[in-house]
Amino acid sequence: MALRRTPLHALHRSAGAVMIDFAGWSMPLRYGSQIEEHHAVRADAGMFDVSHMTIIDVRDARGGNGHAQALLRQLIANDVARLDAPGKALYGTLLNESGGIVDDVIAYRLQDRFRVVANASTRERVLSWCTRWAADFAVAVEERPDLAMVAIQGPAAVQRFVAATGHSGAAALQRFQALTADTWMIARTGYTGEDGLEVLAPGADAAALWQRLAEGGVRPIGFGARDTLRLEAGLNLYGHDMDETTSPLESNLGWTVAWTPKERAFIGRDALEAQRGAKPAAKLTGLALTQRGVMRRGMRVATAAGDGVITSGAFAPSLGCSVALARVPRGAAGDAQVTVRGEPKPARLLRPPFWRDGARTFE
Amino acid sequence: MNELPGELAYAPTHEWARLDDDGRVVVGISDYAQEQLGDVVYVELPELDQDVAAAEESAVVESVKAASDIYAPVSGTVVALNDALADAPELVNEDPYGRGWFFAIEPSDPSQLEDLLDASAYSEHCESAAQDDGGDEDA
Repeated sequence: MALRRTPLHALHRSAGAVMIDFAGWSMPLRYGSQIEEHHAVRADAGMFDVSHMTIIDVRDARGGNGHAQALLRQLIANDVARLDAPGKALYGTLLNESGGIVDDVIAYRLQDRFRVVANASTRERVLSWCTRWAADFAVAVEERPDLAMVAIQGPAAVQRFVAATGHSGAAALQRFQALTADTWMIARTGYTGEDGLEVLAPGADAAALWQRLAEGGVRPIGFGARDTLRLEAGLNLYGHDMDETTSPLESNLGWTVAWTPKERAFIGRDALEAQRGAKPAAKLTGLALTQRGVMRRGMRVATAAGDGVITSGAFAPSLGCSVALARVPRGAAGDAQVTVRGEPKPARLLRPPFWRDGARTFE
Repeated sequence: MNELPGELAYAPTHEWARLDDDGRVVVGISDYAQEQLGDVVYVELPELDQDVAAAEESAVVESVKAASDIYAPVSGTVVALNDALADAPELVNEDPYGRGWFFAIEPSDPSQLEDLLDASAYSEHCESAAQDDGGDEDA
């Protein structure tokens, strides 16, 4: 089947990007050196085409937000009622009835609707899941394939975006806050552990935005560096670090579950309460390799509390060693051994993130 | 693809071999190989004085993409290592035919070099490999 293309596809090709199949989309893996792209984001600013993401608007059939909010309070384990003003956003998970993660999303409260940004790999599942539960509510669930999405990330990202576009309001946004300007939505969110923005704009505007940012010194960054940036920041990747068989409590996402008010019956709540009471058997945590070598997904982790498995692993350019996320027995802590190509290598269990506020979090 | 050095011999597994005047065979990986691997982050070299056999695993390259075995192009004894790769693995990407060399072998049977590909045969080999990958369209 032909891969789907974003409005920026031709620009990626003309920049010489190595393109890959990512969840059925043709996306840039790297434009040149993946490690240099990683460092560019940590040091200054980079931009990512993330137009493959699934964007879903949820609004009341007759205008307004009330029914949409009621639906999302049932669908998302975090509580969108905590978004007390338009422009506020939160991160959360959609759960199935067993408490397994259907997807992880950012939900934005906008003036006349909620906007949910979900993964590309889960598109069909999430759309059918939302539509199924929406049947009980007077809401419209509408995918927005007309919108492109560009992330601008790094310590200089906001400043360079404002200089390139004139959208000075972006500089005043708090973390997890968004503004709308005509057909654009500009949010202070991201997936790199750096300050930055995610811009949702009509596909027809994407190429001009990309080119203006490039002229303003923002470097194009591929999915290779995107993965090492998010891993260093301790951010989960859906389908790797979590899926429908793992709960938020087993995925280092307990903090995204809004337990109060008690009467809010979000999907998966009963299963999650039971797991919380009994204590989950496994947890998702971090690992740093203390020798040369690269930990990769699927490798075994031996700990004093039993064996686990690496769910994401890579060489971390900002840390100079390999780090990983791993699902291990709940009691695991301290030293571990990872089998790298048949050879046991020493590693340390660490709480992610590995990188925060411009610095490493461990020695 | 960039011009391939004509004086080198190439293995289908993307190593190059250069017979020096002193009879040693210097080994590295091709520009095509480093481009496919992406940034190299570690190189695990064989031991000095280790015996290696043609087409057998003798080193490992860890790149941002994957770990890859490096096969000795000829049999013999390892007589030199490129120690610079320990601190600067990026040399493999930046200068694959020069400062990014891996190790040198004292060959036990120099005629094995004749079993390798010359530049034009190796170039064809890479082109057909690229096509098997779906060409450069979304490969």
